Amino acid sequence: MEPKTLFDKVWDAHVVEKIDGGPSVFYIDKHLVHEVTSPQAFSGLEARGLKVLRPENTIATPDHNIPTENQHLTIKDELSRKQVETLTANCEKNNITLYGLNTPHNGIVHVVGPELGHTQPGMTLVCGDSHTSTHGAFGAVAFGIGTSEVEMVLATQCILQPKPKKMLITIDGELQKGVSAKDLTLYVISQLGTGGATGYFVEYAGSAVSSLSMEGRMTVCNMSIEMGARGGMIAPDQTTFDYVEGREFAPKGDEWTKAVAKWKELKTDEGAKFDKEYTFKASDIEPMLTYGTNPGMGIGISGSIPNEKDIEPTELMSFKKSLDYMGFDLGDKMLGKKIDYVFVGSCTNGRIEDLRVFAAAVKGKQKADSVTAWIVPGSKQVEKQAIKEGLVEILEEAGFKMRQPGCSACLAMNDDKVPAGKYSVSTSNRNFEGRQGPGARTLLASPLTAAAAAITGVISDPRELF
Amino acid sequence: MSVDKFITLESSYVPLPVENVDTDQIIPARFLKATSREGFGENLFRDWRYAPDGSENADFVLNKSEYSGQILVGGKNFGSGSSREHAAWAIHDYGFKVVVSSFFADIFQNNALNNGVLPVTVSPEFLNDMFKSVEADKSQKLVVDLEKQTISLNGKSEEFVINPYKKNCLLNGFDDIDFLLNRKEKIEAFEAKN
Repeated sequence: MEPKTLFDKVWDAHVVEKIDGGPSVFYIDKHLVHEVTSPQAFSGLEARGLKVLRPENTIATPDHNIPTENQHLTIKDELSRKQVETLTANCEKNNITLYGLNTPHNGIVHVVGPELGHTQPGMTLVCGDSHTSTHGAFGAVAFGIGTSEVEMVLATQCILQPKPKKMLITIDGELQKGVSAKDLTLYVISQLGTGGATGYFVEYAGSAVSSLSMEGRMTVCNMSIEMGARGGMIAPDQTTFDYVEGREFAPKGDEWTKAVAKWKELKTDEGAKFDKEYTFKASDIEPMLTYGTNPGMGIGISGSIPNEKDIEPTELMSFKKSLDYMGFDLGDKMLGKKIDYVFVGSCTNGRIEDLRVFAAAVKGKQKADSVTAWIVPGSKQVEKQAIKEGLVEILEEAGFKMRQPGCSACLAMNDDKVPAGKYSVSTSNRNFEGRQGPGARTLLASPLTAAAAAITGVISDPRELF
Repeated sequence: MSVDKFITLESSYVPLPVENVDTDQIIPARFLKATSREGFGENLFRDWRYAPDGSENADFVLNKSEYSGQILVGGKNFGSGSSREHAAWAIHDYGFKVVVSSFFADIFQNNALNNGVLPVTVSPEFLNDMFKSVEADKSQKLVVDLEKQTISLNGKSEEFVINPYKKNCLLNGFDDIDFLLNRKEKIEAFEAKN
């Protein structure tokens, strides 16, 4: 039998039909739904007189648009409220499980899926959100789709997809002190560029990847889309099984034993071919920071913004436009630059380990007066755990306040907007123009680097502080 | 939703020679609060098109009356970032039927096709020719022929690639949901087996 990659194994097992010269009819095991990209899909379904085919394989949670303060009150913004209410109504009408606002399992869809055990190895998952790639950390094929495709999945539990090409990214060795999964992914994206993996599905491998916790793996897979990849995945192993076991929707008893035996087969066979391969050394990775307006524009924190001679002439105009927006110059050093906001949260870094790292770093220190900080847990469960572990007290003693869960300032659909011209060190995934509010300037970093900036008020090397 | 049929188009074009135009630029997140598909064209490229006070930014190409047409020509890696289909809706609603670039992000490409907007990938050289030609003559036209899969500028043509299934959908105005609904028995058989 021809050796197969991990991706091939999961993909091929979900092809209902291959169409000549076309895409495949591709079966979806789990459909995740949120309030922003689903209303038009539900109304499309209704206009055709159709019902959701498999409501039992669909879960929903409002996350993008919700406030992160006073969630017990009615949502003030009328349009946001209408979207959240529309999601509730659509779920009720179609018998879809909804983790609604103010219920114990509400949160960012990519945090809620894994923590409840909905996400399992070997599955296919989609959501109308590009960071669905997060779930690939479990050895699942998971990717973001548009609203027309959401409608397809609601109607038929399938979408039409051409099979992407395959890329292997191997990172060997040990990450240095102060370097996390977020730095690893920002480093890889800075090497490949923001379109470097477009058309590919990525498998991450190597000792630096397999030694990551599940939450670290989720951070890495989450950012796959930022280099254009359709998705990213990591072969499941004991770390994965230990994480999934016992979660509410994970298999139990005999079913569990059977499932694990099956999941153990989910790895790339020796000799299996990839269309492209990259290898990196973990020891080359510093704490990372972005300086521009796409996630590929990242450097080691002690480095400088490239000079004109380092930029392709065809790319220079876009590069300079980006630096103009950021208020930076070619060749600038990043250390010591003043910052105004710190955001810790999002589907990239809003999990309990991220809050633990941040809290441990700021413990016994004080937030700089000049910094406004938003610490936003990824879900109600993360919030509950942070309270239980005493993280909230540590944060409060250091001058920080934890807000309520949601996507928040990652995309600033709610009131959590960074003002124009202000600099924000953010643990989220995108530094696009205006992403955190019109005119806001975003520098992507790890929770530890965000802690260093929050304490000092300037870009600081966390290795020297903590 | 059925999509518009697309066969050929001859039109002047609007150049946007910026690389990595992400979907947050095409339609910023704060305009994603609607529950219908209509009206997004108003906020297409909102933060490039308008100043914070709502006045038009005279330097932005959509505000220059000398540029017009149903074709948008963008720099490399067009449509990266968020999967929001609102980006394709905004482009369609504004009146563009074709987007040209030397490289497209995957999800945007799917979303465009699902809304009857044809993404055409050309070589970097040809893209550059388009940017130069339209600077010399703002009424310069492009001819896009989906049947033949060609795009032409001043008598110079390039072929472009499109999935034959998607081509058939666009030529006939079919959509994927109809196609999938016709596969219901196969889908149920697949479920029974797994």
